Amino acid sequence: MTGIALEQKNLKTGLFAFAGALAMLGMGYAAVPLYDLFCRVTGFGGTTQQATEADADLAERMALSAGGKSISIRFDASIARDVPWTFTPERSTETVQIGQRDLAFYIARNDSKVPITGTATFNVEPEQAGIYFNKIQCFCFTEQTLQPGEEVRMPVLFYVDPAIMQDENTKDIEQITLSYTFHKSENSAEKPAS
Amino acid sequence: MADTAATNPGHDDHADHKPGFFARWFMSTNHKDIGTLYLIFAIMAGVIGGVISGVMRMELAAPGIQYLGWWVDMLGGEASLDANLHMWNVFITAHGLIMVFFMVMPAMIGGFGNWFVPLMIGAPDMAFPRMNNISFWLTVAGFLSLMFSMFVPGGPSGLGAGVGWTVYAPLSTGYSPGPAVDFAIFSLHLAGAGSILGATNFITTIFNMRAPGMTLHKMPLFVWSVLVTAFLLLLALPVLAAAITMLLTDRNFETTFFNPAGGGDPVLYQHLFWFFGHPEVYIMILPGFGMISQIVATFSRKPVFGYLGMAYAMVAIGVVGFVVWAHHMYTVGMDVNTKMYFTAATMVIAVPTGVKIFSWIATMWGGSLEFKSPLVWSLGFIFLFTVGGVTGVVLANGGVDDNLHDTYYVVAHFHYVLSMGAVFSLFAGFYYWFPKMSGRMHSEFLAHLHFWVFFIGVNIIFFPQHFLGIQGMPRRIPDYNPAFEYWNHISSIGYMVMAISIVIFFVNLIYSFTVGKKAADNPWGEGATTLEWTLSSPPPYHQFETLPVIEDHHDYHDHRPASA
Repeated sequence: MTGIALEQKNLKTGLFAFAGALAMLGMGYAAVPLYDLFCRVTGFGGTTQQATEADADLAERMALSAGGKSISIRFDASIARDVPWTFTPERSTETVQIGQRDLAFYIARNDSKVPITGTATFNVEPEQAGIYFNKIQCFCFTEQTLQPGEEVRMPVLFYVDPAIMQDENTKDIEQITLSYTFHKSENSAEKPAS
Repeated sequence: MADTAATNPGHDDHADHKPGFFARWFMSTNHKDIGTLYLIFAIMAGVIGGVISGVMRMELAAPGIQYLGWWVDMLGGEASLDANLHMWNVFITAHGLIMVFFMVMPAMIGGFGNWFVPLMIGAPDMAFPRMNNISFWLTVAGFLSLMFSMFVPGGPSGLGAGVGWTVYAPLSTGYSPGPAVDFAIFSLHLAGAGSILGATNFITTIFNMRAPGMTLHKMPLFVWSVLVTAFLLLLALPVLAAAITMLLTDRNFETTFFNPAGGGDPVLYQHLFWFFGHPEVYIMILPGFGMISQIVATFSRKPVFGYLGMAYAMVAIGVVGFVVWAHHMYTVGMDVNTKMYFTAATMVIAVPTGVKIFSWIATMWGGSLEFKSPLVWSLGFIFLFTVGGVTGVVLANGGVDDNLHDTYYVVAHFHYVLSMGAVFSLFAGFYYWFPKMSGRMHSEFLAHLHFWVFFIGVNIIFFPQHFLGIQGMPRRIPDYNPAFEYWNHISSIGYMVMAISIVIFFVNLIYSFTVGKKAADNPWGEGATTLEWTLSSPPPYHQFETLPVIEDHHDYHDHRPASA
C-alpha cells in the first residue's frame, strides 16, 4: 500500500474509532434521562407510580372482584440536614384495602425564621412494590413553601394496585413503607419565596 | 535506557539518524521512544504510589493514629483528628489513582503496547505518531494535576482530594469544598483523554498496519490483548468522562445530576462510574494476559495452547465485562433479582478466564521449560492471579458481598489481581523485553532474587488481609479495633520485604546499564518467534523500512523469516 493510501485509510479508521468514543460520551449523558425513565417505568428502586382518578376507579372495581385483602402502610418522613423543618406523618401506620383509595397526611412545620421552599423525594420499601404503589395526588408532585413558623397538613392520595397479589415477588408483602425526604429546592434559601 | 541505545555503535546507518536530545524526548514521534518515556513515567509514578502505600502500612502497623498528624503538619496543615482522617483519605485516593491511571495503564498500554505492538505486527511505527506524543504528555499533565491537588484545600478539614479513587457523590460534590477535588477530577479528564487518543491509535495501527500476510488470526496474542484493551478504553473511558464532568458541573455550576434536592440521584454516579470501572479492571489486566501468553510460549518452546480460544477468551472477557458493573455496588439497595443477574453474569467471566489459565498450563505441559526470570514471574502471575480470581468468585455473590463489601477482604482481592496479577505480568514483560529495549542483559540472578523477595513480600502484605476482612475490618479507615492488630502488624512487615525487592529491581537496572552484557538480537533462544526478535537489540530507530512478509507457512506462532 502506498503511503498516501495508508494515511487515508488510517485517518478513516481513526475517525471511526474517535466517533465511537464520542458516541459513548453521549451515551454517558443520555444515561441521566434514561435512568430516570427506567426507574419511573419499572418502579426500580421502589419508585412509585402516578395514576389518574380513572385508573383508581378501575383498580377499585378489579380489587372488589378479586376479594378484599388488606395491607399495612407505614409512613416515614425525613429531612435533608439543611432543612430546618419538623416533618412527621400524621399516623405512622394505616391498614388499607388493596385497590381502595386512601388519604394520608403528613405534617410539616418550618422552624426557622425565613420562608423555605422544599421538594420531597420519595420511594417505597420493599422496592418491588414500587410498581404497584400508585399516587393520585401528592404533595411531592409540587414544591412546598412554608413561611416562618407555618405548619401545614399535606395530603397524599394513593392506592395499591391489586396486581400486587398476582406477582410472585410481592404477593406475600404485608407492609409497604412509604418514605419521603424533604430537600431544599434550589435557590430557595437565598431569596424569600413568593 | 534509550540513552544507551543512542550511544550504541553499530546501528548508525542512514535510517538510524536520531534527532537531538530535546527534540527526541520532548517532541518524540517514535513509538519506541514514547514507549520508553511511558515506562520511565510509570516507574516514577509507581515509586510515588508505592511510597504512599508505605505511609499507609506504617500507620496501620498498630491501632490508634500514630503518624498521620506528622504528615498533616509536614504538608502545611494543622494536625487534629479530622485533619488526620482527611489526610488518610487523601493518601488512599492518591495511591489508588496513581497506581491505576499513572502506573499500570501507562506501563501496560503506553509502555509495552507502544514498544511492541508495531514491532510484533511488522509496522514501521504507530498510525498517528504525533497523536502518540500528545497521549503521553496528556498523561503527564494529568499526573501533575493530581499531585497539585494534594497541596490545595480539599475537604472541610485539610488539603487534598479525599474522595477515594471512585470519587463518589455526594462526598465529592457537597462535602468536599475547595479546589483539590476539581484538580483530581481534571487529572482524570487529562489521563482519560490521553488514553482515548492512545486507544484510537492502537486500533488504527492494528487494523491497518499489519505486515503483509499477518491476518488477525496470525497476530501475536499480546497484540490481540492490546486490541481488545483499546476497544474497552474507547467504550468505557468516555462514560467516566461524562460522569466526572457531571461531578464538576454539580460542584461548580449548580447542576443537580447527582443531587436529590434537584431531582438527581447519587446512585446514578455509581452506575456510571462502575460502567467504566469494571471494564477498567480488565483494561489493567488484559495486556498482562497477552504478555504472559508470549512469555509462557517462549520459555516452553511451544506455540501457545488454544490460540484462538485464548484470543476470543479475551474478547469475551471484554464484552461480558461491560454488563457486570453493579457487582461493585450490591449494597446500594438493589432488589434480589438484580443481584441475581449481576451475580450470575459476573461468574460467567470466570469461564473465559479459566480458559486462559488452563491454556497457559497446557502450553507448559510437555514443553521444554527454561526457568528464566520472565517465566518465573509469569508462573507467579498465574498462581497469584488465580488466587485473586477465586476470591473474586466469592465476592461475586451478592449475598456474600453484603457482608464483605468495603472490608479488607475486598482490598486483598483486588490487590491479588492487580498488585500481584498486573504487577507480576509487568515485571515478567519487563524482564522479557528489557534486553530488546535496552540492548543490555539484566542480571538473571537479581531478577530471580527480585521475584522471590517480591513474591514473599506481597503475599505477607495481602494474604492476612483476607482474614482481617472476613473478621469485619472496614477498608478506608486508618484506625482499627486492637483485635485486628496481629495481622495488620504482619501485613506491614510484608511491606518492608516488598520494599527491599524494589531496591533489588533498581540495583538490577543499574547493573544492566553499567556492566550488563550486550544483548543478542534474540537472547531467549528458539522459543522467541515473534517479529521483534528478528531485529537488533535495541531495534534500529526506524525499523521495517521494507515490510516483513508473513507467508503461508507461517502460523500464529512463528513469524521468523524462513532464512533466519
